Amino acid sequence: MNRSQDLVRQVLEIVGSRAEVGVYVRTGTSALTRFANSFIHQNVSDDVAYVHVTLATNGKLASGSTTSTTATNLRELVDRLIAVANVQTVDETFPGFGGPVATPAIEHWDAETSEADPGARAQKVKEFVDAGGGLLGAGMCSVDSYVDAYGNTAEREITGRMTRVILDGIHQTGESAGSGHSSGISVDAIDAIGAGQLAGHRARRGVSAFDTKPGRYEVVLSPDAMATIAQFLSGYGFSGKNVTEGMSFVELGEDRFDPSVSLTDDVASGRALGMPFDGEGTPRARVPLIDTGTNAGILHDRTTGKKAGAPSTGHAPVSDESWENKPDGRNLVFEAGNLAEEQLIGQVERGIYVSTFNYCRVLDPKTIVVTGLTRNGTFMIENGVLTDPVTNLRFTQSFIDALGPDQVLGIGADARFAAGEEDPATVNSPSFHLASWNFTGGAEG
Amino acid sequence: MFDRAERGVQAAIDAGATYADARAVLDRTETIEVQNQHLDTLDVDESIGVGVRALVGSSWGFAATSDLSDSGLAECGRKAAQIAAASALVSGPPLVLGDVPVVDTFWETPHIENPFDVSTTEKIDMLVDVTRTMQSVEGVGIAYATVEGWDTNKWFVSSHGHRIHQHLVEAGGYYSAAAIGERETQIRSYPQSFGQYESGGYETIRKWDYPAHAQRIAEEAVALLSAPEMEERETSLVLESSQLALQIHESVGHAIELDRILGWEAAFAGTSHLQLERLGSHRYGSELMNVTADATIQGALGTFGFDDEGSPASCVDIVKDGIWVGTLSGRDSAAVAGLPSGGMVRGDGYSKIPMVRMTNVGLLPGEGSLDDIIADTEDGVYMSTNRSWSIDDRRLNFQFGCEIGYEIKNGELGRMVKNPTYTGITPQFWGSLDRLAGEEEWTHWGIPNCGKGQPVQTAHTGHSASPGRFANVRVGVKG
Repeated sequence: MNRSQDLVRQVLEIVGSRAEVGVYVRTGTSALTRFANSFIHQNVSDDVAYVHVTLATNGKLASGSTTSTTATNLRELVDRLIAVANVQTVDETFPGFGGPVATPAIEHWDAETSEADPGARAQKVKEFVDAGGGLLGAGMCSVDSYVDAYGNTAEREITGRMTRVILDGIHQTGESAGSGHSSGISVDAIDAIGAGQLAGHRARRGVSAFDTKPGRYEVVLSPDAMATIAQFLSGYGFSGKNVTEGMSFVELGEDRFDPSVSLTDDVASGRALGMPFDGEGTPRARVPLIDTGTNAGILHDRTTGKKAGAPSTGHAPVSDESWENKPDGRNLVFEAGNLAEEQLIGQVERGIYVSTFNYCRVLDPKTIVVTGLTRNGTFMIENGVLTDPVTNLRFTQSFIDALGPDQVLGIGADARFAAGEEDPATVNSPSFHLASWNFTGGAEG
Repeated sequence: MFDRAERGVQAAIDAGATYADARAVLDRTETIEVQNQHLDTLDVDESIGVGVRALVGSSWGFAATSDLSDSGLAECGRKAAQIAAASALVSGPPLVLGDVPVVDTFWETPHIENPFDVSTTEKIDMLVDVTRTMQSVEGVGIAYATVEGWDTNKWFVSSHGHRIHQHLVEAGGYYSAAAIGERETQIRSYPQSFGQYESGGYETIRKWDYPAHAQRIAEEAVALLSAPEMEERETSLVLESSQLALQIHESVGHAIELDRILGWEAAFAGTSHLQLERLGSHRYGSELMNVTADATIQGALGTFGFDDEGSPASCVDIVKDGIWVGTLSGRDSAAVAGLPSGGMVRGDGYSKIPMVRMTNVGLLPGEGSLDDIIADTEDGVYMSTNRSWSIDDRRLNFQFGCEIGYEIKNGELGRMVKNPTYTGITPQFWGSLDRLAGEEEWTHWGIPNCGKGQPVQTAHTGHSASPGRFANVRVGVKG
């Protein structure tokens, strides 16, 4: 029995027969090294201990959490929740706690990484900085190592573990910046030199950028830019909460996307990181969201599943991982194509290459019209090759329409873990060549 | 708890840190959410632990733990120093800290009703009533309401000798009505879309009289579905004060953070369009623009007694008569820049490293009222309550969307318009500020979720504003 399982057991014993209860526990370490102006300036490590309790007394609900794992604090939390729940009304929508499940075979874990010291992170930072060849580097390298467990009074018991390493950084020339990214389950999987070289290349290429005219352009979007699109489609479109509340564009079976587009949430795909079960202890199912252009699936937890008359797909949020308290994709995978990035660019007569998006905000959740900016490497494409750098651009664009029928002109073979805006390691995507993107102005006027 | 924090500090110093401090933090949060008269969330969260910060050479090391045993705290302090020392592989010039007075004291948020002392049932009943009222308006699909309370005790100690205990009490909430159309959603919120959060007890929620506005808010959400779109053009823009508060937050508050200006946040949050050598001469806006960072305003969300480096709360001029004159800083960033330390460093809970955060960055009031400004506007638009916000990494180019807009013709509000947006460039926009309402309409708006840093941490910030008018703004930008 690991420590997380032991804490689950302790809470169940404290509750006893006083209530139905579900307990999620995360223990482990979250460590992160930040660098700026080419040296490390912040270096942190948090011994994570998080206990989340959902409790029902005769259908009356309360939930709460604590970071303290002493028996006294766990008892205080439980007693407080029972007292609060007892004075509430019965929650008719409560789906109850789920019964026994099999522990998934999938595990994203590297034992050596779980023991990594700050020197390992510093080494990756050094490789990234050195690869910039004298440019100013900034960014972070994080190593997370968690053991999670869930248990409830309906005899569900499940545990799992994960390691996750992220290197995300930029190089700067003084007037331009370029980005690079690498993620994986182990320190060894991180290509810091490659990420640093790419960031340096983009930064140098970005010198003497010019303001291009606003308007609609063909675009080639890097995997990192595509990751932001995947996260918005998942959170605003395919989340069971949005669908059941009528706030989503998703109608199953509707052909809203180009037939070349397939997006799946699949923790077992080999292109995913993270825990194989969700905040309710439900194993994460493989859910095709877009299948060759057709809306194919919805992400549910037990509550939205009950509302929709469907089973949970294992997408209940875990503690503070999700940007909102609702089902969301944590292992989003765009199906790759067969073209190299150079070939995607080679198809474009006049267009724009985008390395990353920044500060994207949805204007209407139902149409997923989003405004945001480009950042860390934006370049003109003319006659099939990258030419001049352009200053950052603001856009206002529906992410649904951007991938709509006949709008996808090519998909890359360069799929990798990509740094979307909402989380740097929940999407694996290739580059896309899209027919039209609405740029509304330059970032500097 | 002082003794526990001191164990961490001593262990860090023993392990080679040249300076160390620690915060023992006990945070309690209560969150209640009601949707369509149904209790959706009743969450009681508690966070207890100690975070130790250690300085070795050019780098901070920070370690946090909820293990409050002697051995756990000693290990946490040692780890903070070891982590800092590991940074030597990629090191820079040694950090120097600015001086702050060493104090041993207690400070508490003035409050009347601790939100945790108000019965949960009373809060839920109020929220259910509000959503019932909103649902009674035909066309409202989702009626949502929430209140939150925070009760935080912090014990700060440093190797320089600080011993500061603070008890912070904060509360707030909001509600919204969503009208769902065939291909669109229209939302109205009260008091504002992020909620209105303040320093103080439950009295800060009572004063907004939630039930009194629910019917109007719901009717406006439904009316927006059939309202015309705002026309795209350049015109005079009148902003309601909560939207102006967010404008200050995004295009002034973040831009004046000294860690951003120094490049310490370049990779994630971004940098700033401001250059230190122009401090004291750069024109930020029109002469009507006077901005302060004031951590002493009673009731505002960015108010405290001492920051998380032990610096006392203060009021600092940021923009005076339109000229940029001040920054938000801490002991390290101010020393690097050769400026006096501003006392604006805070960490999110015990487990996050303190960093430069906004306090109450507010625009000082002008004269007259919103009605006066509208009466003085021949042709323009009025926008209220934020719906979307986006700004570039140097805090120059922004685009905001609001929940509701009205045309202004010949000094009067005209027809309602939906999906109002405006866009601009920071110095030009603030340079076009030509009217600002007076103290009677000056409100201390609070933002409870300002994100910054890696791992991302949130801070509670305040932004005082009265309604204002800006000339020649591009509005109605379409997708």
